[in-house]
Amino acid sequence: MEIKLTVNGVTHSDEVEPRLLLVHYLRETLGLRAANIGCDTTSCGACTVLLDGESVKSCTVLAVQAAGRSVATAEGLVAADGTMSVVQQAFRENHGLQCGFCTPGMVMASTSLLAENPHPSEQEVREGLEGNFCRCTGYHNIVRSVLAAADKLSGPSASAGPASEGSASTDEAEVLA
Amino acid sequence: MIPASFDYEVAESPAHAIALLAEHGEDAKLLAGGHSLLPMMKVRLAQPAVLVDIARVTELSGIRLEGDEVVIGATTRHAEVAGSSLLRSEAPILAYAAAQVGDPQIRHRGTIGGSLAHADPSADLPMTLLALGGSVEISGPSGVRAVGVDDFFVGPFESALQPDELLTAVRVPRGGSVRWGYQKFVRRANDWAIVGVAVYDGRVALASMGGTPLRASATEQALRSGASIEEAAALAADGASPGYDFHADADYRAHLARVLTRRALEGKTG
Repeated sequence: MEIKLTVNGVTHSDEVEPRLLLVHYLRETLGLRAANIGCDTTSCGACTVLLDGESVKSCTVLAVQAAGRSVATAEGLVAADGTMSVVQQAFRENHGLQCGFCTPGMVMASTSLLAENPHPSEQEVREGLEGNFCRCTGYHNIVRSVLAAADKLSGPSASAGPASEGSASTDEAEVLA
Repeated sequence: MIPASFDYEVAESPAHAIALLAEHGEDAKLLAGGHSLLPMMKVRLAQPAVLVDIARVTELSGIRLEGDEVVIGATTRHAEVAGSSLLRSEAPILAYAAAQVGDPQIRHRGTIGGSLAHADPSADLPMTLLALGGSVEISGPSGVRAVGVDDFFVGPFESALQPDELLTAVRVPRGGSVRWGYQKFVRRANDWAIVGVAVYDGRVALASMGGTPLRASATEQALRSGASIEEAAALAADGASPGYDFHADADYRAHLARVLTRRALEGKTG
């Protein structure tokens, strides 16, 4: 059947089998490979994307269920000029990843978490990432990254979208230099 | 893992969903959030020929007061139940329990009706509804009926819901000041209860202690007879028939039921 949906702000129309999973639609039909297939059993969270702004595991959503709706992947968090989102930058600056396989899912889950709870406690971050497994980091730096992103996103109405021009990326460039 | 092929129909109303079920017979399954059904389809434990998507039927979703009950639409998602200020004030145990289901991503998709229809004996919401003592509203070709929660769960993953019927809503009593407790014992994040206990107004419900969520009748009876919490909790596993798996054997589950029931009766959550 034909579905029409928005992915990272771009409208797509495609003919899909009803059984096609959203993660396969994103990776194979659209070529967006940020969402990874990890456990494929709704556990590990590597395939986490945003559906109408909320984190979901795209291995457990049919592409047809996303018809008419808006999907965001980690690719979509990056601004047109290449600036990463505040959450993405925070992961980079706080060493919130090692092998990187869980990272797109962690970033999307964190983006959703901070949209719902802009000022989470450390415990709330840990519970908010309950659906995302990382087998490298022991989670400490991931939690640190999310708390740093929360600090950077100022004010209760701040979104977790791309960072404002200059600010965070300049800091990072200095650190990396 | 990819499910077997199926046809996909979008229901536009409850009546349309029931008509589609009638048209396709027992080969059809209702799809809401899909967080019980799709995992089963991916491992081919379920292979429906037709999925009837009811998630776009807006009238099946929402939370409202009606007399001395709170009515929760079947496709209301766990995140909405957990975050509902109305439920937090009128039936806080249900909001709390919904926040214990799975993880945030699962709570963004899974629905209360789907969880109850799935009738997993180890799940949070079936146990909680059993403690609350509400009812389930069901529509089918012959009209609307209500089933009390004590009659709803009939076997492992089996409810009173018939294949041609649609669970439309859940009704729970208003009780913002009623004493309640909730205990869920897990070894891993994002897991089902090894044993769970929900206590509400003298009703004690257990998860993972048998083929259905079940009432701890001996405990309830002892409480009515004036027993202390310790005495009543010691009877929590009486009459239960817990299974065993790599997490726990039956004796350990019985022990957990007694300990967790005591904590839940003390009004503790965790």
